[in-house]
Amino acid sequence: MKDMNTTHDARPSDRPLNISRRGFLGTALGALVLTVGLPAGRAKAQAAAAPGTRISAFLEIRPDSTVLFRSPFIEGGQGIFTALAQIVGEELDVDPSQFFVEGAPPGADYLLIGGMRFTGGSMSVHSSYDVMRLLGATARQMLLTAAAARLGVAVADLGTEPGRVVHAASGQSVAYGEIAGAAAELPVPEDVTLRAKDSFRWIGKPVARLDVRDKSTGRAHYAIDLSVEGMLQAAIQHSPRRGEEPGEFANEAEVRAMPGVDSIHRLPGAVAVLADSWWRARQAVEALKVSWTPPAADTPRAMPADFSTEAHLARLKAEAGAGVEAEAAGDVAAGLQGAARVVEATYNAPHLAHAQLEPPSTLARWNDDGTLDLWLPNQAPELFQAAAAQVAGIAPEKVIIHSPILGGFFGRHFLYDTANPFPQAILLSKAAGRPVKVIWSREEEFLRDALRPMAVARFRGGLDADGLPVALDAVAVGEGATGRWYGRQPDKADSSAVEGIAGKLYAIANRRVGQIHVDDPTVIGFWRSVGHSMNDFFYETFFDEMADAGGQDPYELRLRLLADSPRHHTLLEAVGELSGGWRRGPYDAEDGTSRARGVAMASPFGSEVATIAEVSLREGEAVVHDVWVAIDPGSIVNPAIIEAQVNSAVALGLSAALLEEVVYVDGMPQARNYDGYPILPPDRMPRVHVRIVESGAPMGGIGEPGLPGVPPAVANAVSVLAGERVRSLPLSRLKLGGSAG
Amino acid sequence: MQLTINGSLHELAIEPDTPLLWALRDTLGMTGTKYGCGLAQCGACTVLVDGQPTRSCVTPIDSVVGAEITTIEAISEDAEGRKVVEAWVDHQVPQCGYCQSGQVMAATALLKQTPQPTDEDISAAMVNLCRCGTYNAIAAAVRQAAQA
Repeated sequence: MKDMNTTHDARPSDRPLNISRRGFLGTALGALVLTVGLPAGRAKAQAAAAPGTRISAFLEIRPDSTVLFRSPFIEGGQGIFTALAQIVGEELDVDPSQFFVEGAPPGADYLLIGGMRFTGGSMSVHSSYDVMRLLGATARQMLLTAAAARLGVAVADLGTEPGRVVHAASGQSVAYGEIAGAAAELPVPEDVTLRAKDSFRWIGKPVARLDVRDKSTGRAHYAIDLSVEGMLQAAIQHSPRRGEEPGEFANEAEVRAMPGVDSIHRLPGAVAVLADSWWRARQAVEALKVSWTPPAADTPRAMPADFSTEAHLARLKAEAGAGVEAEAAGDVAAGLQGAARVVEATYNAPHLAHAQLEPPSTLARWNDDGTLDLWLPNQAPELFQAAAAQVAGIAPEKVIIHSPILGGFFGRHFLYDTANPFPQAILLSKAAGRPVKVIWSREEEFLRDALRPMAVARFRGGLDADGLPVALDAVAVGEGATGRWYGRQPDKADSSAVEGIAGKLYAIANRRVGQIHVDDPTVIGFWRSVGHSMNDFFYETFFDEMADAGGQDPYELRLRLLADSPRHHTLLEAVGELSGGWRRGPYDAEDGTSRARGVAMASPFGSEVATIAEVSLREGEAVVHDVWVAIDPGSIVNPAIIEAQVNSAVALGLSAALLEEVVYVDGMPQARNYDGYPILPPDRMPRVHVRIVESGAPMGGIGEPGLPGVPPAVANAVSVLAGERVRSLPLSRLKLGGSAG
Repeated sequence: MQLTINGSLHELAIEPDTPLLWALRDTLGMTGTKYGCGLAQCGACTVLVDGQPTRSCVTPIDSVVGAEITTIEAISEDAEGRKVVEAWVDHQVPQCGYCQSGQVMAATALLKQTPQPTDEDISAAMVNLCRCGTYNAIAAAVRQAAQA
């Protein structure tokens, strides 16, 4: 298999500045680099071996004993670079602070998720934990063997302390950097011993993040910041509706004469201006008067000129039937028929934008040897490499993908057809014969972002004579992002459309979850916690409807229905305790407001979460004061990062619950910037209290699981105060009455 | 046109209505100041103009001729700025980090004007958006920096 890593590392030193983050690679390029690795012949033989086993693909130990680590996963704020330094450093015996981490290039070595590679699904740590520990331990064993030869002692008499091999008997020691070259020549040991968990120094500890100082001083470089020699900048004007193509320009000569303008280009579904600065390119492209021709009849997924989100919602609500079965237990029809009372409700949630702060960009450079360098925000380098190769008309191994840190992602930077700027950069660079950096303005980003799909859920719950749920029939209506991009099977439910309605743990004897697929006319994508981001809202608020109808306290009812699930029962008790003891309200707070609390559970991405929110109403608006989250990811790597990620997930979940919706009218999004698509501002951020519960269950995810419980916990609390159920988001659309404080 | 940025005079041969943000990023190659929205909505582009927090994406360069412009690149040369950065590191504030240049500049401006800010002062001054939701850590770090 072609070793892309070698190609990548052989690049000349005219890389953009950020590739030498912290000046590290920049200085090393001219220095003698000793790597822990394998001789070329053996490396070739091993390249087809299991991903995550070829040490030189991941690790370089430098002469000063610092470590360059190439991460299979991309850093976008979730702390993965630090977590990997902790995991590898623990076994290698190098303090994580001595690590320099960068996103790895495409390559078979990095396909750690079932033969694939992506940064998503909250999978980075738990999918690579065992493999990365073994990698570190193997490299350490090779260093021990090399040190034994150097010192003339037995390997068995050697140990390590961070960054050094130590011979305790003689007091001699040798730094890793001094023997890295010799270690690289050694055979890879077959069986190495992993460190005992009770001796961990870094795994499980709140190790400081590696990137915080650079990010606090403006020294961190994102894709949008990069430049190369001779580069032109490109600004884009997309067609108002997907599928429309650029026709005549009314003022081409005038635009061509604007300051700094190099050239004007037609692109698929867009026009571009190249200029010597991005501002000038933008001024010019926005001045360009373009007539857009309607989509050709065979255009895939053309945006209908009459599409509106309002009409789409009506269509989803009108879909009848039970849908494709996603999950079933008992006999839901009989359960409902025998119920003393049946509760019914229909819920909906809107399209959402990612609205990450860094607008998308791509820097493309064609090289004299026929290769193509691309620097671009992405969550899946190999997928982007293959797609870019198609656009460029060259072999994938000729596309050199660089994956800078991401200025927020939340699912934004997967491969979404027209939602990524790299095809434009490739075509423009080819046309101009010079490197080109494309930046989408915030307005273009709101026009072409891949959205969380809109969804509707219908519920029927059957209660027995004691008011306890005995049957639950749920149907999710809409389209899932997984089916859209990875293939939908018509006879199977899309997990990304039903997760959070399916997979619930309450002991309800008769239940069925179905999915009705309806094509979403927008470009849909993954949005932090995917289906859970709305489905747990649907389910957990309907749960409270059932509790109210049956005269049950919603917290107590959850405890009761989780009596046979000790892990979840414990977690629900933990969040109750964390919040000072469950109380639903309404009750009067010290500041005179009337408050209430709502609770919700979620089981997203291998972790378990229980959430309580405290809310008051002010002038018809929900004010969220505190959010308590108990999270059980099984076992952990960095509690400080987990707490930060839960804070972040609470903020995004609350932002969605309170404020966010993408509205289309006449096939066009109405909001093109944050003024029309508000996201959570600082003064609406609640206090967040986190308790980590390590149950010892298999390790789950962290980046997304804190989100799904927030919208339902808030909505359940709002319902108590407003005296009416919340069945639609965002809350800003609703006029909340009730016992406002 | 001449601008004084981080204590140095820079000659710029670009249109006078060019936003300061793009003069910094494109003309001068100072990319620490970030483009987020271009409409003074998010604050990622915050710099100091004569000590005042200013959204450089809507500030034409001809409006800041003769003013002292301070960007994140010079944050460590500023007494308040150093305190803010250390507090940011202590509280591990950044996640993706993209908004944090602007947040640090806004915090530095606050401490210059109000060395002992109340929680209300902090809330009134720290209005930049953060999509990662680092708001609680930001407020805690500002409180620490004020006490340093």
